[in-house]
Amino acid sequence: MIIHSMKGRLFSVLVAATGLIWLCASVWIFFQTRSEVEHVLDTRLQEAARMVSSLASSGPSLPSADVVPNRAADPKSNSYERQLSCQIWSLDGRLVARSSGAPTDSLGGEADGFSDQQVGGETWRVYAISETSKGIRVLVGDRLGLRERLVSDLLRGLLWPALLIVPLLGLMTWSILGRGLRPLQKMAADLTNRSTDDLSALDVRHTPPELAPLANSLNNLFARVEAARQHEREITAFAAHELRTPLAGLKIQAEVALATADAGSRAAALRNIMVSVDRTSRLVRQLLAVARLDTQSHVDRTDRINLGQVLEQIVSEGPIVDAVDLSLPAAIYDIQISTNRELLTIALRNLHENAVHHASGHGRVNWSAKLEPAVVTIMVEDDGPGIPEAEMALVRSRFFRGRHKSSSGSGLGLSIVELALEKIGAALVLQNKTAGTGLRAIISLPYRTVP
Amino acid sequence: MRILIVEDDLILLDGLRAGLNILGATVDAVSSCAEAHAALSTSTFDAVVLDLMLPDGSGLNVLATMRSQGNNTPVLLLTALDEVADRIKGLDAGADDYLGKPFDLEELGARVRAIVRRKAGRTTPRLMHNGITLDPASLTVSMNEKAVNLSRREFAILSALMERPGVIHSKNELEDRLYGWQDEVESNAVEVHIHNLRSKIGRESIETLRGIGYRMRAVTT
Repeated sequence: MIIHSMKGRLFSVLVAATGLIWLCASVWIFFQTRSEVEHVLDTRLQEAARMVSSLASSGPSLPSADVVPNRAADPKSNSYERQLSCQIWSLDGRLVARSSGAPTDSLGGEADGFSDQQVGGETWRVYAISETSKGIRVLVGDRLGLRERLVSDLLRGLLWPALLIVPLLGLMTWSILGRGLRPLQKMAADLTNRSTDDLSALDVRHTPPELAPLANSLNNLFARVEAARQHEREITAFAAHELRTPLAGLKIQAEVALATADAGSRAAALRNIMVSVDRTSRLVRQLLAVARLDTQSHVDRTDRINLGQVLEQIVSEGPIVDAVDLSLPAAIYDIQISTNRELLTIALRNLHENAVHHASGHGRVNWSAKLEPAVVTIMVEDDGPGIPEAEMALVRSRFFRGRHKSSSGSGLGLSIVELALEKIGAALVLQNKTAGTGLRAIISLPYRTVP
Repeated sequence: MRILIVEDDLILLDGLRAGLNILGATVDAVSSCAEAHAALSTSTFDAVVLDLMLPDGSGLNVLATMRSQGNNTPVLLLTALDEVADRIKGLDAGADDYLGKPFDLEELGARVRAIVRRKAGRTTPRLMHNGITLDPASLTVSMNEKAVNLSRREFAILSALMERPGVIHSKNELEDRLYGWQDEVESNAVEVHIHNLRSKIGRESIETLRGIGYRMRAVTT
């Protein structure tokens, strides 16, 4: 598709419309003038004929045809002189008199009144009137050619100035359009001259109302881009912050391992490096998961999964601990659920890692599920310290690490779980267990079974 | 040199303890504001290495409390944020230096030595007294241009005495410099170390003020 310039398009539309109106007007004027001219000239023919017939005395006393000097009129002459020709015939068919320039052949037919006649190769418009009392017939006529010349002269007089005016009109249209589009050009120039990180709003106070929607939409876009950027900056800053501490730990442990003379200290430092590498790689994995979840706007929920098998896999792939109890109703293995496998797995895995982590050393992790007609409720419980009630509202926010924080926590786990579950339409409830200590995480996943 | 480290990342904390130990410092390590306050109120340190983001608050609060209580122990801030504004805030709150994570152990050691030196009003890195030269950076001591071999603890006692040569150091004070909380203090350890030091750098170089403490003997010309 070719996109023309707005100015060019407006210009051609305006010029075409003006031209069309002009053309219609000219055609209308042409027809109107012709009929008016015809009417006026016909009336003149009629009047002239009546005048001549009233002036004429009885036939025999009229001068002979030769009395009226015969001077041929030049029909091509520019002047409108001698337009009319007049003949007076006696009723017995003798040419009694004629005006100068009138043809010698009869102009008229048999009938009185108006008629078009071919005389000497030209078309004449003739009015005939018979005066029986005087024994004469008066014929007055003019050439149609002359009439048409009159009309076309009139029209030419109208069109020539128009042709001169058209370029002038085009020029004016062009410059007026330019002037009218200036606010748009100004806005474009403002935007062009901006630096890439200037996302301040356009000034709408001096924007014409026609451009205001555009300016507002742009401002709206700027605001959204700015918010997204801000979000990104925060994530990056947090990520940098959260990565720097483990990196500092890694570096210093490596330096200790190199510098120490004691084999035991070296082994301890190397073990610490291993732990820190594991923990940092988990952090990187989680940061990547957050970045991916943040950018994912459309989530495909057409994967067919067997929830029982997914949970079994997560538990078997998770950290190796003895006390993980997976008690699922048998029915859960019999159905296929349509959802997004990746997101569900991310959420369940992070919950599992969390639970195992907080339970490790002194407790158990229990997975259970309840199948209802449209919702499956999955529950994981640990017997770790739980979450202090005061921190319950904060634990889902990014990089929040509570009082019971561990060295391997990034503060990202629960926010990832929540983000992932939200995208597949599931809800997460966190509560401390009422009996004993520990955290209970409940996922409500609405599902559709697929065959 | 006894240093308090306040850092909540346990692996980094462990590394700092081990690393600064290798550099010749006695290290006490804590991982929260509350523990830091407790440590500062019970012991004296030559320097504090303070992380900014702690689980129970900001390291800046610890710093502000220290300064408001008239504690002038030099403080080096450690932080993962390295925005200029953060540095300014830290320094204005009374910190003596600032180090962004991750850092070099050697650099950390050098900066800690520098803030300790500055606080003592010295400009030269080496301590010199009566022909004895002590270099805190290389952990070496020489006497009349001849190298003297000292143990860690002997070195720690000698540097404590040489930092303020005219001042009497009590036995408890010297013990504080030698042992962190985890270390077990032998009852007559300081006496033993002083005895060994005297045999290495000369009997006359360290004075004993019975019942009060020890000090470097005044310069004899």
